[in-house]
Amino acid sequence: MNLFRSKLFKNKRFIFSALILGVLCVLALGAPFFAPFDYDAVSVGPNLSPPIKGFIMGTDVLGRDLYSRILYGARLSLAVGFCTAIFALVMGTVTGAIAGYFGGKWDKILMSIVDVFYILPMLLLAILFTLLVGRGFFGIFLAIGATTWVTQARLVRALVMQAREQPYVEAGRAIGLTHFQIIFKHILPNLMGPMIVSLTFQIPNNILTESFLSFVGLGLQPPYSSWGTLANEGFRGVQSYPHLMLFPGLALFITMLAFHFLGDALRDVLDPKSSVGSSIGS
Amino acid sequence: MIQFFLKRLIQSLVTLAFLATATFFLLRLAPGGPFDGEKIWPAEIQANIEAKYGLNKPLTTQFFSWANDVAHGDLRESFHYIGTPVTEIIRDATLPSLQLGFLALLISLTLGLILGVLSAWKRGTFWDFSAMFIAICGITLPSYLIGTLLVLLFSNYLGILPPALWEEKASMVLPVITLAVRPLAIIARMTRTTLLEILHSDYIRTAYSKGLSDSKVLFKHALKNALIPIITLLGPITASLITGSYVVETVFQIPGLGQYFITSVVNRDYPLVMGMTLLFGIILIICNLLVDLAYSWIDPRIRTEAKK
Repeated sequence: MNLFRSKLFKNKRFIFSALILGVLCVLALGAPFFAPFDYDAVSVGPNLSPPIKGFIMGTDVLGRDLYSRILYGARLSLAVGFCTAIFALVMGTVTGAIAGYFGGKWDKILMSIVDVFYILPMLLLAILFTLLVGRGFFGIFLAIGATTWVTQARLVRALVMQAREQPYVEAGRAIGLTHFQIIFKHILPNLMGPMIVSLTFQIPNNILTESFLSFVGLGLQPPYSSWGTLANEGFRGVQSYPHLMLFPGLALFITMLAFHFLGDALRDVLDPKSSVGSSIGS
Repeated sequence: MIQFFLKRLIQSLVTLAFLATATFFLLRLAPGGPFDGEKIWPAEIQANIEAKYGLNKPLTTQFFSWANDVAHGDLRESFHYIGTPVTEIIRDATLPSLQLGFLALLISLTLGLILGVLSAWKRGTFWDFSAMFIAICGITLPSYLIGTLLVLLFSNYLGILPPALWEEKASMVLPVITLAVRPLAIIARMTRTTLLEILHSDYIRTAYSKGLSDSKVLFKHALKNALIPIITLLGPITASLITGSYVVETVFQIPGLGQYFITSVVNRDYPLVMGMTLLFGIILIICNLLVDLAYSWIDPRIRTEAKK
């Protein structure tokens, strides 16, 4: 582990991206502290003003401060990204590990469930879930979570199938460990590298998906201010007031870039052989 | 081969049936109905409308009668665009989406391959650096931002291209570019990684030591093998280009599948939602199937493994 650490801290891309993401997380968590105004406080400045002194990113149609809204938006966007990725990690790992380790009937049943979810159009799920549980955080979480865990399940299944044949697993069986112990104490810890790498690529993909859904009006609704929602609001008047769309877009772009570099750096160190990360997203 | 095909066909039909059932009942669980408007109808009229469309019958009865119609090739009429068959709406909406998706696929594949080969071939040079810079931006820039920037530049500032709609050829340029950027970047990066790996392998050294020229080694020996991972990517990319272009369709106001899908659900236009869902499912299944076929065609090792 120390070897990884020293390798990581020599990697410039890792330091650069970790720094940006660290700052971003601090700003997001401390939004009430760092933001000059509340995200839904109206008429704190002039309406539709471009960036001026006191309002570094300008204001929107209701005179709300865009900078404050983007800071609070970082909370929502990052929370959606992290929560859905962790959900996908847990669901996918358990399913994939059981299917890959036991094989046979289990594999068939679990993988046909995975295949069904793989076919479900994300757009449809997003719409249905937001209709069922409302256009809040939970609906978006369910929609993105339900369509992304299958990718993780497929990855883990393939990895576990390889690991199953390794001598250390056979040794575990020989000394009488239970299947549960072998899977969770021996196989999965060995697969940490590729799993962490796939997680770092999953998070930005999910953030992007959330912003797409919010952008077309299916995600979080105003006065919530996820970056996609802000871009959606800004898009309507983009020809006259481009700052309302450009700043949320830019915030998203920088976040995506940082996650991307982080993922690349982690892959170089933790999992040099794999090609995870060339995932598509919508 | 036939056995494999049949097995996949049955599997796909089961998946589709599941998809249709799940969507049908989930959709009905959602609050609101197709004929709820601002105006509140008298109860008798509401009851009459519901009776006309069979909405007053039990849900399972409705489902089986719908499934029966679909099995006979009838997707029914839309609730919202009254009197228009769902098949007709889907046909009209599919055209722009297919054109958009196909053109974007063509561009992203050609340019992606060129950029990828260039940066692997000229590794560590200015070319490599710029190609990978474009690729990173393509993956990380959200498509609505790319689209908006293009519109601001080419339509508002320069005034040479139309900002929206899907009519003349010129109006296709900006949406196609916007949609192509992300897959282009993914293909370019994938090509570069695989090609770099291959260029370091033994058989390439052998080819060089036989005295073959650079271009012969690259195009005749290396590129062919580099295509395998790219073909596996093409399935999901194609599917996402056709079904996932809803953001681009929103930015450019294109009356394609994504737009109709979103409005149909918002309107609770049950027949149209079901028709669209089936279509999306079929597209995804076909793309996956084609990838599997292409895979076994290119790499004979997979074929023999499937036989075992």
